[in-house]
Amino acid sequence: MILSKIFKNGFLILLACLVLTACATKKEVTKDVTKEVTEVTKEAEATKENEKEKVTAAPKISGQMQGDTYIGTDTVKYLADGVPDRVFFATNESILTTASRETLRAQAAWLRKNSSINVIIEGHADERGTREYNLALGERRANSAKDYLMTYGVSSDRISVLSYGKERPVDGGSSPLAWSKNRRSVTVKAN
Amino acid sequence: MKKKFITLILLIAIPIKAFALIEVDITRGNLNPLPLAVSPLSIDEESRKSFEKTLKKQNIGSEISTIVENNLRTSGLFNPISRDAFLQAPEIANLKPRFEDWNLIKAQALITGKVTYINEKLRVEFRLWDILAAKEMMALAFTTVPNNWRRVGHIISDKVYERLTGEKGYFDTRIIYVAEEGPKIQRKKRLAIMDQDGANNKFLTLGNELVLTPRFNPTSQMVTYLSYFKNLPRVYLLDIETGTQEVVGDFPGMTFAPRFSPDGKKIIMSFAKDGKSDIYTMDLENRLVEKITNHPSIDTSPSYSPNGKFIAFNSDRSGYQQIYIMKSDGSNVKRISFGNGIYGTPVWSPRGDLIAFTKLHKGKFYIGVMRTDGKGERLLTENYYQEAPSWSPNGRVLIFYRETKTNAKGEGFSAKLWSIDLTGYNERLVVTPTDASDPSWSSLLSN
Repeated sequence: MILSKIFKNGFLILLACLVLTACATKKEVTKDVTKEVTEVTKEAEATKENEKEKVTAAPKISGQMQGDTYIGTDTVKYLADGVPDRVFFATNESILTTASRETLRAQAAWLRKNSSINVIIEGHADERGTREYNLALGERRANSAKDYLMTYGVSSDRISVLSYGKERPVDGGSSPLAWSKNRRSVTVKAN
Repeated sequence: MKKKFITLILLIAIPIKAFALIEVDITRGNLNPLPLAVSPLSIDEESRKSFEKTLKKQNIGSEISTIVENNLRTSGLFNPISRDAFLQAPEIANLKPRFEDWNLIKAQALITGKVTYINEKLRVEFRLWDILAAKEMMALAFTTVPNNWRRVGHIISDKVYERLTGEKGYFDTRIIYVAEEGPKIQRKKRLAIMDQDGANNKFLTLGNELVLTPRFNPTSQMVTYLSYFKNLPRVYLLDIETGTQEVVGDFPGMTFAPRFSPDGKKIIMSFAKDGKSDIYTMDLENRLVEKITNHPSIDTSPSYSPNGKFIAFNSDRSGYQQIYIMKSDGSNVKRISFGNGIYGTPVWSPRGDLIAFTKLHKGKFYIGVMRTDGKGERLLTENYYQEAPSWSPNGRVLIFYRETKTNAKGEGFSAKLWSIDLTGYNERLVVTPTDASDPSWSSLLSN
C-alpha cells in the first residue's frame, strides 16, 4: 500500500519534471529563434513578447490535450467506419499534427475508394479571438486539411471549404479543453 | 423605415461667445456632471388631446422631455435634476423662467419649451437658459410629423449637447447590430436596428441564415454585412428603406469584414482563398474590384481613415495579429501596434486622430485607443471577452460587445452591447431585447 503510494507520488514528481523540462526547452527554442534575428527591430521584440506570452499561456497537459491541441475523441464523429471526420489545431495554428495527418490520410483513402462522394471541409476557431480574424483562421485551417487530402490523391474539385470562424462551437464551455475541441476542421459529405 | 423630413427653423441666432456662459469640459469624464433641469415641454389642452389621439401618449410634451433627460444623463456629462424638485410649472417656465427658483434647486442650465399640434404636424419650440448668468443661450423650433416625436427629443438633446460642450451630439442616431438567441453552440442571429437609446428596435432578417458584422454607410441608409445565405459566406449590401439586398462582387469564395469608404462609394472587405485572406475594394458604381493587399498572411478588418487616404487593418504577417496602416492603394504598409499582446479590429475615429482596437493580453480582452502612429495607447476597459468597437459620430463614445464566461456545462453565456466614453469613464450597458453583438453606430441623422 505505502509502496504503491510512494510509486504514485514518485510518478507524479517525474511527470511534473517532464512537464517542466518540456516548458524549459520550449522557451529556449523561442530564444534561439529570436537570437537568429540579428537586427533587433521593434517588430521582432514585440513578436518575442507575444511568443513568450503564448508559452506562458499554454495550458497544462491534461489527458485530452497535448500542448493545447485536443487529442480526445469526445466530439469526433465518423465519415465511415474507422475514418474520423475531424482534426484539431493548436491556438492560432493551422499546422496539422501527426495525429491529424493520420486522420486525413484515412479520409483520403476512403475518398479515393468512394469517388462519387464530394466533401465540404468546415473550418472552425475557438471563442478567444476577434470574429473577423477567426473567419479567416477557419478558412486557413480548412485549406490546410484540403491541401493534405489533395496530396493524397483527392481531386480539388471534390473538396470545398467553408469557414464558420467561432460561430459554431461544439463545446460551449469557457475552458482550455472546450476551446481545444472547437479549434477544428470537420470533413462532411456534400452529397 | 421611411425617411422623414424635419424642418429646422432657427428662431433667434445668438452667438454670444463674448459672455462665455456655461461650458462643459468633455475631456474630463463624468466626475462632475453638470446639474441641469429639463422642464417638461408645455402643451395646450387641444394639442394634448390631438397627440393623445394620434400617438396614444397622454402628454407628449413630458415624454419628449424625458427623452432629453435620459440622453443627457447617459452622456455622463449632465445630471438632470428630478422634476419633483421643480418650483415653476412648465407653462410658466416656458414664458419666462424665474432664475431664482431654478438657482435654488442648484440647476446651472434649464431647458424649457412647448409643443403644439398644427396642421397635423408636431411643432416644438425650446430654449436653453444659463441660470447663473440669467441669460438665454439658444432658442430653436422644429416642425415634423407627429410619429417623429422621439427624434425631436434626440435633436433637442443634440443641440443642447453641442451648445454646452462645443462638440456635435450623437443622440439622433441609430445602432445596427446582430441580435442573438438560442444556445451558444447553435446561435440564431438576426440583423437588428434600433435608436441609439434602444427604442424602435426592429429585426431586419428572419434568422434563417447566419449574419455577422453589419456596418452603416455614411448616410446610414445602406448597410453592408456578412450573410451565410445558402451556406455561402458573402458580403451583402442592404438598403434599409427598401429592404433590397445584393451580393457584393463575384468572388469564388468567402468575402467578409466589410465596411464602407468614407464617401460611401466603395466597400472594402477581405476575400479568403487557399488559406490566405487579402483586402479588396469594390466600387459600387462601376463594380470594379481592386486588390489592395497581396500577402500570404491573413489581412482583415480594414477601416478607412475619414479622409479616405489611408486604411487601417489587422494582419498576422509578423506571426500574430497586429495593426497596420497603409495608403488606400495598398502601398506603404506600416505596422503600428507594438505593445504586449495581439491587436485586432482597428477602427479609425471620425476625427481621424485615433484608432480604436481590441487587444488580447494574458487572457484578457481590452478595448483601447492609440494614435495613428501607434503611440499613446490607452486601454479603456478590460474584460473576459469583448471586441469590435464602433465610434459615435462625434468620436466621443465607443460601442462594442462583450461576452460572458460560461461554466463547465456551457451555461451562463450572454452577449451584450456596452458603451464607454473615450475618457474611459461612463461605461454603460446598452439594453437590447435579445442578446446582441457586432454593433455599428450610424452617422447623425439630422445634420
